[in-house]
Amino acid sequence: MMVDVMQQLLPGFLIPYFNGLMQLGQDTFGSAWANILTLVWTVIKVMLIIAPLLLIVAYVTFWERKIIGWMQVRIGPNRVGPWGLIQPIADGLKLMLKEVVIPSGADRSVFLLAPVFAFAPALAAWAVIPFNATLVLANVNASLLYVMAMTSIGVYGIMLAGWASNSKYAFLGGMRSAAQLISYEVAMGLALVVVLMVSNSLNLGEIVKGQGQGRFAEMGLGFLSWNWLSLLPMFVVYLVSCVAETNRAPFDMAEGESEIVGFHVDYSGMAFAVFSLAEYSAMILCSTLTSLLFLGGWLSPVGFLPDSIFWLFAKISAIIFFFFWIRATFPRYRYDQIMRLGWKVFIPVCLIWVVVVGFWMMSPWNIWK
Amino acid sequence: MPDIQNYTLNFGPQHPAAHGVLRMVLELDGEVVMRADPHIGLLHRATEKLAETKTWVQSVPYMDRLDYMSMMCNEHAYCMAIERLLAIEVPIRAQYIRVMFDEVTRILNHLLWIGAHGLDVGAMTMVLYAFREREDLVDCYEAVSGARMHAAYYRPGGVYRDLPDSMPQYRESKWKSATEVKKINEVRSGSLLDFLGDFVSRFPKILDEYETLLTDNRIWKQRLVDVGIVSPERAMQLGFTGPMLRGSGIAWDLRKKQSYEVYDRLDFDIPVGVTGDCYDRYLVRVEEMRQSNRIIKQCIDWLRVNPGPVITDNYKVASPPRANMKSNMEELIHHFKLCTEGIHVPEGQVYSAVEHPKGEFGIYAISDGANKPYRLKIRSPGYVHLSAMNELTRGHMIADVVTMVGTIDIVFGEIDR
Repeated sequence: MMVDVMQQLLPGFLIPYFNGLMQLGQDTFGSAWANILTLVWTVIKVMLIIAPLLLIVAYVTFWERKIIGWMQVRIGPNRVGPWGLIQPIADGLKLMLKEVVIPSGADRSVFLLAPVFAFAPALAAWAVIPFNATLVLANVNASLLYVMAMTSIGVYGIMLAGWASNSKYAFLGGMRSAAQLISYEVAMGLALVVVLMVSNSLNLGEIVKGQGQGRFAEMGLGFLSWNWLSLLPMFVVYLVSCVAETNRAPFDMAEGESEIVGFHVDYSGMAFAVFSLAEYSAMILCSTLTSLLFLGGWLSPVGFLPDSIFWLFAKISAIIFFFFWIRATFPRYRYDQIMRLGWKVFIPVCLIWVVVVGFWMMSPWNIWK
Repeated sequence: MPDIQNYTLNFGPQHPAAHGVLRMVLELDGEVVMRADPHIGLLHRATEKLAETKTWVQSVPYMDRLDYMSMMCNEHAYCMAIERLLAIEVPIRAQYIRVMFDEVTRILNHLLWIGAHGLDVGAMTMVLYAFREREDLVDCYEAVSGARMHAAYYRPGGVYRDLPDSMPQYRESKWKSATEVKKINEVRSGSLLDFLGDFVSRFPKILDEYETLLTDNRIWKQRLVDVGIVSPERAMQLGFTGPMLRGSGIAWDLRKKQSYEVYDRLDFDIPVGVTGDCYDRYLVRVEEMRQSNRIIKQCIDWLRVNPGPVITDNYKVASPPRANMKSNMEELIHHFKLCTEGIHVPEGQVYSAVEHPKGEFGIYAISDGANKPYRLKIRSPGYVHLSAMNELTRGHMIADVVTMVGTIDIVFGEIDR
């Protein structure tokens, strides 16, 4: 695989050298060489996803500041570089150069491990995300389960950070977020159950393809055949749960900057930056999942335009914009109110809808055949 | 088994929602507050003691710095106390100007409050919207007094000088182009009254905008309704005044009940709440801004057509006009005496209170006939309201403590004095 791609991509005069290198490897490592090549190729593909992702994360923070600034009759960052475009780089540089202060009462190893726990799953989940019909790092059949599993690990980072800081505020933040994430994971999972019922697959690519079929898709009105319309309550539950899952306003009580300042109150420098990277990559991940599961992923909304990865990016951007918008508009929920919304509203709605869709699928009016 | 102890949390003074230097020791059971113990004194500047060493007029700027969000109202109570001791009459135009600026101050204070309260509860956009409007009002402060915050505009016997005929203008700069400057200077082309009149005509619409953002917002209501309920009886027992008392349904407003200056000639209503929770206090304050707007409008109309002196002609209290001072021995001596000794206030004691944006702000002064107060006591509403903190927050959650700090409208300058 890698050899084919490289032979296509490399300029002509380099190909002999490349072939020589391959030969050398074959001679040195023998039969293990093929495995090594696969490993190298996987690492390259992982880098191809992570590097742009981190860049996007940096610029999502920039756009968040810009957009919320405009909503709040401000200008937003505009000093560093043209229109402030270098701002995220400057922020990153500043955070990297700052000292990571470790409080004396903190549990050092856990304190430093916590940001990794928060960040790693948010990146690892990207492995199974399809960008179009063929472009996917790992086309796993249970990819939806894998994503769920990965995003659930993220909460450990926050809990450990709250615990290891040995600060009462951080501890409260950690406890709050543990409770919150667990409650909304349930609602989210139930919403996903409905999606996989109708699409008959746990593979994200299959789920997207399934949304491109049906009466509306044949009429050229693809956007009406996507899951958001037929599963509207689930779409709403999932989207709101996403906001809660990623600890974004108005569900940001783990951070709750005017109440308990947050689980990462004792973090500084790069350790802090990793938390915010985790938050934003989790946000992009959630937006991507919403677009794949409910908004038809890379499918074109109308028949006369081709399907393309551009649609996926447009949908992700729209959802991220929605995240910014509600952050600028809404006050923050209180802890018990978040719990009530999760357990007393979302979970019952999901359970009822699971049953309703079950009957619907068994009835003669099943639209998902 | 060891005893299970409550969690003690030190809230502030370095806390984003502590509104300055509030320090509270919270005893928590999980997230539920069992006891809140506010600690004060971190901003204590001994204003009362300092006033004993300064002449009467020299203490006026100290008053600005008490509640530094409603500056002119503080001055008002202080000047009124001196005027009562002196038994002098303030010219009618000065009274109108004072009332107008009291209401401007009320709007300034409530705008800051709505912004800070919103920010505490998580609606962070409010604070920026509120500051956009505050900008126009501090411009008015600047036009009359030269200072945008600590005005020192009221004087015993009237106000420092008459309203200006022109507003300060924006100038072209690297950041503001000529066309932009022309646009923002348009409303500033007339007198202060024109500028304020323009603001007053715009302001109700702006308030409607705020209300669309908050009043019927589900989350805002969930956070405020039935939080921190104070019954009318309890509110009176605790010594609440101002919006805190009116939120509990008692229509007590010094502007109506013990009318001072020209409030009895003006037409305005007193909003009252029903349940006495944070949401009612929010509604009361928003409505107060509308009523203040009405009062300002009436004052502008009156001030436009009624010129006159703005400070008393009793030269033992206020300086004579400068022109006379240059040519007249008598006036020169008055000026000299005022500038070296200050006012001599006759022996006696007085309590004067105004309806401050936060409640009843009172000055109790004792004079022994010298040019300085013998004793000055400041009754600040925030101090009284803060003492109810424990009662307000008990049984609520941590997030509600922040709401309560917002609803009390804490400004530490007046609490610690």
